[in-house]
Parts: sequence; C-alpha cells; structure tokens
Amino acid sequence: MSKKYDAGVKEYRDTYWTPDYVPLDTDLLACFKCTGQEGVPREEVAAAVAAESSTGTWSTVWSELLTDLEFYKGRCYRIEDVPGDKESFYAFIAYPLDLFEEGSITNVLTSLVGNVFGFKALRHLRLEDIRFPMAFIKTCGGPPNGIVVERDRLNKYGRPLLGCTIKPKLGLSGKNYGRVVYECLRGGLDLTKDDENINSQPFQRWRERFEFVAEAVKLAQQETGEVKGHYLNCTATTPEEMYERAEFAKELDMPIIMHDYITGGFTANTGLANWCRKNGMLLHIHRAMHAVIDRHPKHGIHFRVLAKCLRLSGGDQLHTGTVVGKLEGDRQTTLGYIDNLRESFVPEDRTRGNFFDQDWGSMPGVFAVASGGIHVWHMPALLAIFGDDSCLQFGGGTHGHPWGSAAGAAANRVALEACVKARNAGREIEKESRDILMEAAKHSPELAIALETWKEIKFEFDTVDKLDVQ
Amino acid sequence: MPFQSTVGDYQTVATLETFGFLPPMSQDEIYDQIAYIIAQGWSPVIEHVHPSGSMQSYWSYWKLPFFGEKDLNVVVNELEACHRAYPDHHVRMVGYDAYTQSQGTAFVVFQGR
Repeated sequence: MSKKYDAGVKEYRDTYWTPDYVPLDTDLLACFKCTGQEGVPREEVAAAVAAESSTGTWSTVWSELLTDLEFYKGRCYRIEDVPGDKESFYAFIAYPLDLFEEGSITNVLTSLVGNVFGFKALRHLRLEDIRFPMAFIKTCGGPPNGIVVERDRLNKYGRPLLGCTIKPKLGLSGKNYGRVVYECLRGGLDLTKDDENINSQPFQRWRERFEFVAEAVKLAQQETGEVKGHYLNCTATTPEEMYERAEFAKELDMPIIMHDYITGGFTANTGLANWCRKNGMLLHIHRAMHAVIDRHPKHGIHFRVLAKCLRLSGGDQLHTGTVVGKLEGDRQTTLGYIDNLRESFVPEDRTRGNFFDQDWGSMPGVFAVASGGIHVWHMPALLAIFGDDSCLQFGGGTHGHPWGSAAGAAANRVALEACVKARNAGREIEKESRDILMEAAKHSPELAIALETWKEIKFEFDTVDKLDVQ
Repeated sequence: MPFQSTVGDYQTVATLETFGFLPPMSQDEIYDQIAYIIAQGWSPVIEHVHPSGSMQSYWSYWKLPFFGEKDLNVVVNELEACHRAYPDHHVRMVGYDAYTQSQGTAFVVFQGR
C-alpha cells in the first residue's frame, strides 16, 4: 500500500515508539540508559534514540517512500524506570537483523553507538546491554580457539592459568626483556605478557623482542617440563604490520599472541582472530581505552557490551578487571559479564547487570583475565570470584618480590595451588584465606616472604559505576 | 640499592603441572581430591607414563576411564594397582568432564624415577 509524501518534521514517537511490539527471536535487542534534556517526554527521547540508531533522520525525506521502513526501522518497545534515579530511564529497542552486515561487530556498533550519542535532545546516553540473536551469532567467528582448546594446547587443567606482565613496561632492551620473561616462567608462571604499551618502539623493536622472548619461553619449558607461553603483542600501526608480526610469532613456534581490541579496532581484531583460527595460534586480548567508554554511569557503553562484542569478534582471553585490585569493578557486575564470556547461556539477571537472556549457542568461551594491582593475599578471593576458567596476572606481585621475579612467580604458584587444593577439599577459601596461605608458606620460603612484603596493601575505594539496584 | 645478603637463590624445579609446587600429598589429601572429582560428576581416569615422556599429550591409560564410578575406594585401589604395575612411571589422576569435553582436573599422584 503506497503512502503519500508529507514533507516536514514529525515527532519521533509517532513512528519509533511501539509499546505493543513483541520482539522477534531474530531481532537484535538493546537497552539504553537515557537522560533527556529537561521537558522532553521519555517516549520522545526513547523514540529518537531508536530512530537515530536505525533508519531515521530528523526530517521526513521523500526517498524513504522507496522502501518499506516498517521492515527496517528500530523500535522502542519498552521504557523502564532506573531504580533510585529520577532523571534517567531505560529504553529497550529492537533492531531487525537485516540492518547489520553478517559477522560485523564494527557495523553493529557504528549503528547503535554512532551519531545518536551526540544527539542534542539527550544529556547522556549509555548502552547498557545488547541481546545478540542466534541468527547473528552464527555469522561471527568468535574465539579462534576457546577455553577447551587453550587448556589442551597449554596442558593446564583444574586451576586458573597464572601469568604476569613484564615490568618495567617501557624502556627495556629486547635481551633484558627476555631475561625477565625467563625468570617468571622458570619460577612457575604459565604465561607472561607484553605490556599493552609495548609495540615496536625505538628502545626495543618488535623483532628483537620476539626472538629473545622465544628463546626464554623455550628454555623455561625445557627446564621446568611444563608448557609455557608469552603473549607477543602484535598490535601495530597498520593491519599489514600486525599480520607480519603474527606470522613471525608463528615462525618462532610461539603458542600465543596478543592484540589491543579497542585501540586497534574491531575490524583489525576480527581479522587477527580469523588469522589465529587459521594458524592454530591462541589470542590474548587487552582492553586499553575501555574505561574512557565504560566508566561513567550515565554515558558511554557498559563493559558487558564490549565483552560480548569481543567474544563475537574473537579472542581467547580478555581482561575483565580484578574486583579486588587497583582497578574499578564491583563483584556482581564482573560476574555478570564473565558469565557472558564463558557460558553457553546466560539468563537475564538484573542483580548482575544482565538485561537480557543471552544464548551463545556453540560459540567457544573466553578466559577471563584478572590483572592489575593484585598480590598473593588476594589469591583466595580471586579464585572464589573467577573460578578455574580464568587467568590471574600478578605484575608488581611477581617482580616486586625481594628475591626477584622467579621467586615471586613461585610464591604465586604455591599460593594458587594451595587455594585450589583447599577449595577442592571443601574448605571455604575466602573465610579461611589466612590459614590456607600461612600453612602453604610453611613449605615455601618464597611465599612466606611475599606474604610479609604485601601484608598491608589494599585498594579499598568506592566503585564509581554501581549497579542500578536498590 | 646495595646487595642484601638476605636475598635467596631461587633454583628452577622440574614440575608436573597442577599441584607441582605443593609438597607430596598425604593419603587423606589425595582422597579429598578424588572425592572432589567424583562430586563434580566427572569420570575418574588414571594415566601413567615413563618420566621421559611426561610432556606428551597422551599418557597411557590404566585400563579404561572409570565411567560412572562413585566409589572412592575403587579409584584409590586402581591408583595403587597402577603404581605397583609401573613403579618407575608417573601416575596421574584425571577427572574427565564430558559436558565441556575437557579435563576438569589432572594432577600427578605418584612421581616416577
């Protein structure tokens, strides 16, 4: 049935506010926290968000009559109060599947968090969650290997992986850097990591680092009889250089490389993940710049969305914060998004910040990486929070040991294994943390000294971004 | 920073993955870990290998995985039987998780020579 062209400006809510709409299984659903300018009705704000993030523009245009906008438009189908907050509200928006290119996280984000975030009728806007439909998930490559394959490759079972970032993060020559890697790995860590700031600077070009690190990994593996690895950061100036570094890591027979997915960008990340899948390489993902986007409670994108996007774009490990260390993140929220990294189905649960049921189907899981300001005293809490399918990384907590990195590594390994053993034996590891660690220290002078060194260090600040629950 | 004589010399040790950094477990402690495997609903599996082959993905099975075995004593007796049959081999206990198709845990109980 054809319509007549009626030039002018219509209210968004006439077209994009559809409270009777029942979302389809194939719709991509989004929940935005909206804070409108004063005096603008909620329905108008919510409809404007739906319009500007899908088919709409501010004016009616003649050419929209050449298509069927009813088929393509995003619809706001529900508005909810934000508990304890009078000025903001949640808008739930359904987007038809055909608005997005298959497998393209870049395309999804360009639509959902594009121009709409600068929209003048809004004071703040935050993308809280996305429900990806199975029909879209099946077009994404996802983690190149996933948790199960990574465990099999690294031969680590029944416990979290143990790692650390090489410090100081800037200024070491390739050979000195490789020495620190060797010390950590021979001391009992499974994995070491390039700091995200390390790419290929004048003080240490990437090839120099890769070669010395490879020697360190192989030597530590030979001497300890355990499988070792180092995340070689392939984040680079151009995709071509990124692939060149990845190829060289493969040539050196290294098991794992690394990428910074937000600064590097989703297109580069998805490309590198595909390369890893094709080449049997594990992929560790750093998240520099995330806090710029996800920390403000009323504006930006919540990290649970960025985590879901990474699982679809591809990565075998992703940084998630530590809950207990120096970086922001409360426990329930963190559990909510690590579920979305690892599980095959995550139910809606507002107490964990998950706004939708999310079915991941057969998509492999991603290891949750806890890193930043953690030390041996945190070990019981970290194991309780993150469980076995995690990678615990102690930077200062390894290199800061009075005997050096190897002893620091051993201290962490002893503490980790003591906690796993105690948990399996049915002990309450958080309540009994002190006893468990002190008992373990009787057999390990390295751990005893570590416990003494970091006994007073705590990071107890209030969380900036809290869950909206009362 | 002057050198401190309190600095210890950390010597690299050859270890066998999970629990490799803990002292050998007592019999009760081993029982606890096997009870955990059974409580998780995992299948107990016993594997052994000559120390020269410890880095291989595949160690030899002792018999077959003990699918559905809930009796701790049966598993312990099999572990000991395996150790008697191969006294110079590493013997490890594995919990096979059929849901994830992975090993829920794996740790060495007897170290070979």
